[in-house]
Amino acid sequence: MSSTTAVGAPSRLRLPRWAAPAGVAALIVVAYLVFRGTGTLPHDKEAPQFLAVTELREWIDEHRNESPLFLYFLNYIRLFVGSLYDLFSGALTALGWPGLTGVLGGLAWLAGGWRIALLAVAGVSAFGVLGLWQSSVETLALVAVAVLLSLAIGVPIGVWAGRSARVRRAVTPVLDVMQIMPTFAYLAPLALFFHIGAPAGAIATMIYAIPPAIRITALAVSEVSPTAVEASGSLGATGRQTLFKVVLPLARPTIALAVNQTIMMALSMVVIANLIAAPGLGGDIIRGLSRAQVGIMLPAGVAVVVMAIVLDRMTTALARRGPHARPRRLDLAAAGALAAAGLALIPVLPRAWPEGWTLNVTAEINAVVRWAETSWYPVTTFVKDQTSVLLLNPLESLLTSAPWWLVALTVLAVAWRVSGPRAALTALGCLLAIALLGTWEHAMQTMTTVALAVLITLMIGLLLGVAAARSPRYSAVQRPLLDAAQTMPAFVYLLPALALFETTRFTAIFASIIYAVPPVVRLVEDGIKAVPAEVVEAAVSAGSTPGQLLWKVQLPMARRAILLAANQGIVMTLAMVVVGGLVGAGALGYDVVVGFSQRTDFGLGFVAGVATVLLGVMLDRITQGADRRPSPHRRKST
Amino acid sequence: MKIRLLAGLLALGMAAAGCGGATVESSPSASAGAPQGGSSSSAGTVKIAINPWVGYEASANVVAYLLKNELGYTVELPEIKEQLAWEGFENGSVDVIIENWGHPDLKKTFIEEKKVAVEAGSTGNKGVIGWYIPKWMADKYPDITDSKNLNKYADLFKTSESGDKGQLLFGDPSYVSNEDALIKNLKLNFKVVVGGSEAALIKGAQQAQEQQKALLFYFWDPHWLFNKTQLVRVNLPAYTEGCDADPKKVACDYPEMDLDKIVSKKFADTGGKAYELVKNFNWTNDDQNAVANDMTNNGMTGEQAAKKWVEANTAKWQAWIPK
Repeated sequence: MSSTTAVGAPSRLRLPRWAAPAGVAALIVVAYLVFRGTGTLPHDKEAPQFLAVTELREWIDEHRNESPLFLYFLNYIRLFVGSLYDLFSGALTALGWPGLTGVLGGLAWLAGGWRIALLAVAGVSAFGVLGLWQSSVETLALVAVAVLLSLAIGVPIGVWAGRSARVRRAVTPVLDVMQIMPTFAYLAPLALFFHIGAPAGAIATMIYAIPPAIRITALAVSEVSPTAVEASGSLGATGRQTLFKVVLPLARPTIALAVNQTIMMALSMVVIANLIAAPGLGGDIIRGLSRAQVGIMLPAGVAVVVMAIVLDRMTTALARRGPHARPRRLDLAAAGALAAAGLALIPVLPRAWPEGWTLNVTAEINAVVRWAETSWYPVTTFVKDQTSVLLLNPLESLLTSAPWWLVALTVLAVAWRVSGPRAALTALGCLLAIALLGTWEHAMQTMTTVALAVLITLMIGLLLGVAAARSPRYSAVQRPLLDAAQTMPAFVYLLPALALFETTRFTAIFASIIYAVPPVVRLVEDGIKAVPAEVVEAAVSAGSTPGQLLWKVQLPMARRAILLAANQGIVMTLAMVVVGGLVGAGALGYDVVVGFSQRTDFGLGFVAGVATVLLGVMLDRITQGADRRPSPHRRKST
Repeated sequence: MKIRLLAGLLALGMAAAGCGGATVESSPSASAGAPQGGSSSSAGTVKIAINPWVGYEASANVVAYLLKNELGYTVELPEIKEQLAWEGFENGSVDVIIENWGHPDLKKTFIEEKKVAVEAGSTGNKGVIGWYIPKWMADKYPDITDSKNLNKYADLFKTSESGDKGQLLFGDPSYVSNEDALIKNLKLNFKVVVGGSEAALIKGAQQAQEQQKALLFYFWDPHWLFNKTQLVRVNLPAYTEGCDADPKKVACDYPEMDLDKIVSKKFADTGGKAYELVKNFNWTNDDQNAVANDMTNNGMTGEQAAKKWVEANTAKWQAWIPK
């Protein structure tokens, strides 16, 4: 314990600044060398915690048709969501491709004019051309149901939170945790309560997508000018009138942004929902994964990205319009005509996309991937093996052979130093809970993978961010790429990784790096650009070289932004590493996958899902100091 | 508080009135075999779950082809893994598992206890899972085929993924597996490394034999690969009846299984001719390997490969078509 207090309290002795941290680090190293191999918590597949959950699931399975909770509550929800999904997929299928193209095109025209309409028509046709019409319609229906439910529940909560500070305080921490929860963690509990299939998939997607709906709505409502609300009140409007006639219309553009974000979140979840047998494009992705054929996965991935772009542009266009803008009559007519044309063509054209119009590129893509594999194989294998042997394996054995209490103390010390006592205690609590759950060893392995991925992500992020901050021309090239990268659903990044590195831990690392680099670059760039120009000028006129300017002035002053970038990077990397369980990353993510594949391992998967959440909270708390703690007046040597 | 009381009363009332509430089976989308209103051309929809190995797909595609083209059914082939597919019987998302590998525990749960599934007879395929090595290894180290000697050669099988232990390459996470228990109970210095797919196993096996690399991997017969690449099975302690009863204590090889078909109770009751066809479906390992080989190595889709086989084997499949 003495070591931690030494960290917490500023050193009163006249020691150099680095002495305390260095001393603690040395102590930890010595403790590791002395106690290595003792106090480890090896993984046991048959741990009682896992078995208990598996038994609970068996019990629930047996009583699904008996217990009143299921008979009168959960099964009805399931039935309701199921009918909603059937309604949507039925309607979309009935529209057929001409109808759907026309209607979506019309809606897009209403949202943002002919350009967006053209994009929508092209996008919808792309589903057919890719030969994925049916799966795309199913995914669209699933997204529609999930988004509809998210908004139906999220917007009222958001409005409430926007109008009452107390509600906001109650909701915010819940949303915080929800947003750092890796996608995988949602699946097992839902399969438990809602069985498998489309309803459970839709509910999982809804829960995943709801935080932005609540958060942004609350923000929108709370930002409505108080003068307007007051004026409305003083004119004698009732609370309800004020809400519906003043607040909501004024908040509309921002709420449209909430819709946009909700759709984007939903799209990245629908694919993963296939693990609990939800229909749609996820099925094609999983099929490709289990055949190791990028040629099957890529078109499905492209279809999801196209869907994301179309829906993103439509809702963004909606958000850009002023609060009281009405569509012009001409636009209305054009949109109507487009929709009517589509509907009129339904009886004429076949409902299914004509087979002659599809472009089957599976074989070609597979050939390209095979070519890449054979010609780059020596390089990729070398990179993969060297990283595993030189970095991953030693780090992993370091973390798994260290006594649990030493790891816990280290986490406590680091978190205390970076983020203060409260965050440190939360982080410690999470870590101890992970130990109690029996997932210690796998959590350490996952942490190894995350640590390595974050390290590389930060290095690349800093490099590109600094480059962008220093050269506006480069920044102009990079920005649209970053924008595009951030609209893509997470799993899309698995595909190139898989093509290059097959299924190994390194694949997940590679995927999480390309997933997490864009936001990190952006935060770093913004952080450096935010350094006041006078400071830079002063440094330059004092004779700093560009290198000195960067290292002594810009980076230290952008410390908060960089820490925030690290925080973001860690949370995103963890999410991706866990999904990486699908492509060879072992440990927690794989436990979750196995939990769905083997009934006897359900408990293991469920508990691993919980452990990923705890790990996420822990890593977030360790690094969240960036947000809350003012940057220290003395420069740190880190 | 009031609301909860009200809800409780309501629930009681509903129960008293004999209103059964909603069960899992009461699903709006359960349409097994029932004729659908919309299109008059279709005799109904059959959902055959697709498990992730090509032999299974071969069987599923041939049955699907016949259901479509001989009996006029619509066939859906949802990608659902082995054990989840059994759960799919319960809510109507799966009608047929065309190739089932044993699973006595699932049979007990879903056939005997829940009564949502029934057996629909053998596929005629004999299946056996085992551990394999490329033939060159068996030639070079003759005693390696006895699992007792595996530890002696563990170093050969080390990879960057398995660290200081030997690697045992495994396939899809959903496959039938005793690997963890076997390694533990036979005290082998090996680690299971998940390749994630059948394709990873095939590729590993081919490379191992061609480039004389060491590889120990999980595999199964029937498989077309045995006709192309020379592989040798490692002998685990011989299977005896009941030696795999407790999954944690398994220390013996896998048994040879009579692969069979499982269908949902609903499909058996209302599936009509489609059910009859599924029940009658029965072919040999060679038949399956031929179709699977066309699908994997000759660039055919499942449908094309099925069509080729159907056209060449009229006598066989005509016996399956219900009169």
